[in-house]
Amino acid sequence: MSLSRVALAYTSLFATPLDLPFGNWGMALNTPLFELHQSLGGRMVDFAGWQMPVQYKSIVEEHLAVRASVGAFDISHMGRFRLYGPGAQAHLAHFVTCSVATMIPGQVKYGLILNEQGGTCDDVLVYHLGDHWALVVNASNRQKIWTLILASFPETEVRFVDETLETAMVAIQGPNAIALCGDIANTDFSNMGNYSAQNLTYRGCEILVSRTGYTGEDGMEWSVPSYLANSLAKDLETHRVPWCGLGCRDTLRLEAGMPLYGHELNEAIDPLQAGLGFAVRKPLEGFVGAGALASRMMNQSRRIRKGLILGGKRISRQGDKIYQGDREIGVVTSGTFGPTVGASIAMALIDSAFSQCPEPLEIDVRGKRERATVTPLPFYKRTQG
Amino acid sequence: MSQRKYAPTHEWVEIKDGLLVVGLSQFAVDQLTDVIYIDLPKVGVTVTSGQPVAEIESVKAVSDIYAPVEGEITEVNTVLATDASIVSRDPFGEGWLFKIKPTSADPTSRLLSEAEYQAQIAGQGH
Repeated sequence: MSLSRVALAYTSLFATPLDLPFGNWGMALNTPLFELHQSLGGRMVDFAGWQMPVQYKSIVEEHLAVRASVGAFDISHMGRFRLYGPGAQAHLAHFVTCSVATMIPGQVKYGLILNEQGGTCDDVLVYHLGDHWALVVNASNRQKIWTLILASFPETEVRFVDETLETAMVAIQGPNAIALCGDIANTDFSNMGNYSAQNLTYRGCEILVSRTGYTGEDGMEWSVPSYLANSLAKDLETHRVPWCGLGCRDTLRLEAGMPLYGHELNEAIDPLQAGLGFAVRKPLEGFVGAGALASRMMNQSRRIRKGLILGGKRISRQGDKIYQGDREIGVVTSGTFGPTVGASIAMALIDSAFSQCPEPLEIDVRGKRERATVTPLPFYKRTQG
Repeated sequence: MSQRKYAPTHEWVEIKDGLLVVGLSQFAVDQLTDVIYIDLPKVGVTVTSGQPVAEIESVKAVSDIYAPVEGEITEVNTVLATDASIVSRDPFGEGWLFKIKPTSADPTSRLLSEAEYQAQIAGQGH
């Protein structure tokens, strides 16, 4: 068996180009929970310059724990920025596609940051925190977004802070996550709205929590000062919450039809073709890339994001080509075995003319064609509890 | 029980009734985890040592499985088509992959002993 191919796939599973670590002069970055992951037997891989656990024991078991009950993820590698000052809202609205102007304090919104050509620089979460704003960006794009926003700064009106290295972020996800977080915080979160955020006193310190996630399940994401990370881990252990790695975070988000930067999104892919129109404010004006996006919409023959269910068990991976007969009509952006769906699934960019195609298409999976059917996303939707 | 030997590429081999039974080592399945599918060779094909003859698919990766010796594939473990995870649960028993009728008289002479293989993986483990 070829372990070299295994090692390659570790990184291709999260195939974002690995930037130099940002903030530590080329050293690998560790989250405050690094020692904990090692003590739990986590398989550490390099992800965007960070040593992160891809799994502890089994990706499938961790995936199923989140779907059935609850699991915790160390997502401290995500970039966490804050914007202060009277110009912060207008500045964010200039960069982010979602409707920043209509947000109310405590609200969280998903949005995109585009380049001048309408391609995607990053997908982000914007937090309206009353007197200031927060922005959570992908680990692989942290330096890029920092530079981009800083480059056009109206210095006197906005203060821009990167708190990634001073904080930790933990996602607690699953049908039991809200009750469990309530137990740990001694607070009732059941009335907290989806995509809302609040400050909370935890162990005598103010932390930021939000009802957000990247698994298709209900849950929360907690940002805490680094020195509280292991206390939170201890509280999670007391409540018997299993730790889950980035491997199952990928299978969970894929089943939930959520895009991953570097796969369904990149500098050449715009949010409308990626099916993220809900996160782009209309009319298309007033943010970077808006004009280009409007003209890209006119192109009827471009490729759009679709779900595919494969007939067999073989797994299609990023870059596999999609055919109808001899005609190449698309490319796979992510693929995996969906443990909850129980099938080999993929997301792909497919020529729009074929994206409604009822006939099975064929994917060239390492030289052998596999039949696949276009399916509406998501593959998995939780029953509202 | 015959003596088990290993290829450096993590396949094990045991001689049974003049045939070589081939499977994957415990180390290999521990590295893979979450095995979903195994594409086995066709019975009757002739293989050479080091040739990729099968494919094992786990959630995170796909890996080639190599023929540890030269010969003819005489039987494959068809049970794996319905439940590939047997390979992870019992790699040295029920999870065997295929059998080879070797061409040479002493087919396993160039393979690693248990001790040699353990020494090899000691430098690779997590």
